Amino acid sequence: MKHLTRALLGASALTLVATAVMAEKLTIATVNNGDMVRMQKLTDDFTAKNPDIELEWVTLEENILRQRVTTDIATKGGQYDVMTIGTYEVPIWGKQGWLLSLNDLPDSYDKDDLLPAIRGGLTVDGELYAAPFYGESSMVMYRTDLMEKAGLEMPDAPTWDFIAKAARAMTDKDNEIYGVCLRGKAGWGENAAFLTATANSFGARWFDMDWKPQFDGDAWKNTLNFYIDLMNDAGPPGASSNGFNENLALFQSGKCGMWIDATVAASFVTNPNDSTVADKVGFALAPDNGLGKRGNWLWAWSLAIPAGTQKAEAAKKFVDWATSKEYLALVAEKEGWANVPPGTRTSLYENPEYAKVPFAKMTLESINSADPKNPTVDPVPYVGVQFVAIPEFQGIATQVGQQFSAALAGTISADEALANAQSLTEREMKRAGYIK
Amino acid sequence: MARAISTRRQITVTILAWVIGITIFFPILWTILTSFKTEAEAIASPPSLFMFDWTLENYGEVQERSNYFRHFSNSVIISLGSTVLGLLIAIPAAWSMAFVPAKRTKDILMWMLSTKMLPPVGVLIPIYLIFRDTGLLDTRIGLVIVLTLVNLPIITWMLFTYFREIPGEILEAARMDGAMLWDEIVHVLTPMAIPGIASTLLLNVILAWNEAFWTLNLTAAKAAPLTAFIASYSSPEGLFYAKLSAASTMAIAPILILGWFSQKQLVRGLTFGAVK
Repeated sequence: MKHLTRALLGASALTLVATAVMAEKLTIATVNNGDMVRMQKLTDDFTAKNPDIELEWVTLEENILRQRVTTDIATKGGQYDVMTIGTYEVPIWGKQGWLLSLNDLPDSYDKDDLLPAIRGGLTVDGELYAAPFYGESSMVMYRTDLMEKAGLEMPDAPTWDFIAKAARAMTDKDNEIYGVCLRGKAGWGENAAFLTATANSFGARWFDMDWKPQFDGDAWKNTLNFYIDLMNDAGPPGASSNGFNENLALFQSGKCGMWIDATVAASFVTNPNDSTVADKVGFALAPDNGLGKRGNWLWAWSLAIPAGTQKAEAAKKFVDWATSKEYLALVAEKEGWANVPPGTRTSLYENPEYAKVPFAKMTLESINSADPKNPTVDPVPYVGVQFVAIPEFQGIATQVGQQFSAALAGTISADEALANAQSLTEREMKRAGYIK
Repeated sequence: MARAISTRRQITVTILAWVIGITIFFPILWTILTSFKTEAEAIASPPSLFMFDWTLENYGEVQERSNYFRHFSNSVIISLGSTVLGLLIAIPAAWSMAFVPAKRTKDILMWMLSTKMLPPVGVLIPIYLIFRDTGLLDTRIGLVIVLTLVNLPIITWMLFTYFREIPGEILEAARMDGAMLWDEIVHVLTPMAIPGIASTLLLNVILAWNEAFWTLNLTAAKAAPLTAFIASYSSPEGLFYAKLSAASTMAIAPILILGWFSQKQLVRGLTFGAVK
């Protein structure tokens, strides 16, 4: 009996060890934002369904993550099996052959349910290279009480002229109320993203069809002058240092009449735990200028699998789970509909429960009105609404953003900023071989 | 009269020292205070210094989301490992340059220091490829090696300047008494240089603990130290200041405590010579 017990215990131990050895460990690189953190908390559901797969998370700040995963994928380092990347990286990396195609995800995944604008941004030559985890555009978030006090009514689809008029009417600098808060902090993902999207609605573009920079045209001049005048009249002090988080803090503490930024902010500003104005927020589409394009962008944090991974099958299982309809239902069940990752699937917006979320309709309309392949009025040789999907863009746009930020701070004029942006972009594009 | 001037001067210097000390410490104090606020209070304007609802929820959330102890143990192993390995190389190197200088010793010292002038990102890709090919990516041993090399010039310089103040006659006397090279270094030089070695050790531990470029770029999940732990709480979209402050406080607490208890040795080693 004693021997039998020992033998059974030994066999059990061996089985446990064998299971541990057999379990495949996936290393997942991700960003630190609310939706991703929520996913990490819900992974028990995945591991219960896939006991042979272990998950190991590497959560990093966005810029550090971008640097890490770019180094790793470019050198085939093999550190990660699943990477969280954005719509900027997917077309570039997909073309390079650095990502595995996800066209062979099972039928149950229902690729046709993905929002067309988002799916288009993640597809290269017919191959889906990343599965969207959440999608976002930009829109106007405004204080309903201040709008009413100013005697104005926000239309669902405002023009820039209306935004300027409302911003000036809502501003009460003595009481630290500023009509509009917009990004001013330099960076390709900060003010350059906002101003590129805004410029689209003014008919501006980064490059013509021959890749010649276009900052010397009237469209960019009108964009930058409008932005600087508006911010000087109705923006908060020190706006050239304000990015998403700074403006979020200003809006939540009741100091902004309007804020035009990522749709994902809607859940923050309406959260009564963090926002002092949670019950006084309205939403509208990003403004236009009557030229047929709105100043909203398109972005999706997506899960992609590097081509060099040894664990492709397990990685695909995880990507399938995390971006599936079932995952959205799981989040709704555990955390409520308002916390479901937005902007990826048509079926979510057809769900009557989700339709009750106050910002759902405006988020969908904003995403649907962005077209990464035809971002502005005139044709362009690039893909991307608030970015240009070429490897050189990060460096160039950060420098251009510094020029715009300096113009907003008043250290140089708008004309100087545009002239500098034109010459530095020309120099970099020549260096990269796009133009001679 | 002279005494009055001296007292006044002493008071002025004391006040100045306190002002400088508080100014230097203020960012750390602010981080610690913010870690006890809610996210809404952390961004409140005007900010509140002490009059807020103190909460431990950020620490609870950080503890729930991250494996602090794994990052902590990685930090301890990496910083102590690189310090010990660095001292094993730097002590003989500094000894030879201080007591048996060659024609090019000064040039070698300058060359060693010049490696610190190179921006680390300039060699990131070559080192990443070497680490990839040797299987050192995301390993503690890999980080021990790279941090040893990164800090070696500084600790060799520190020990060299320290050893140089030890009179050569003492070592000569030891040799005349029959001491071999090993005895000379272990039984004569090292005991005299213990304050200097101790301060070098402490400084190297602090440098290695705080190093963020290599530790972030060469690790993923297994060997990531506390720098990666902090980096995981910064977010470009969403409020994170209170949680980031809690993570930062947890990350700097061990080195702050070590610095507090060893400040006497650190100051003595950095300011006094070997034979004073």
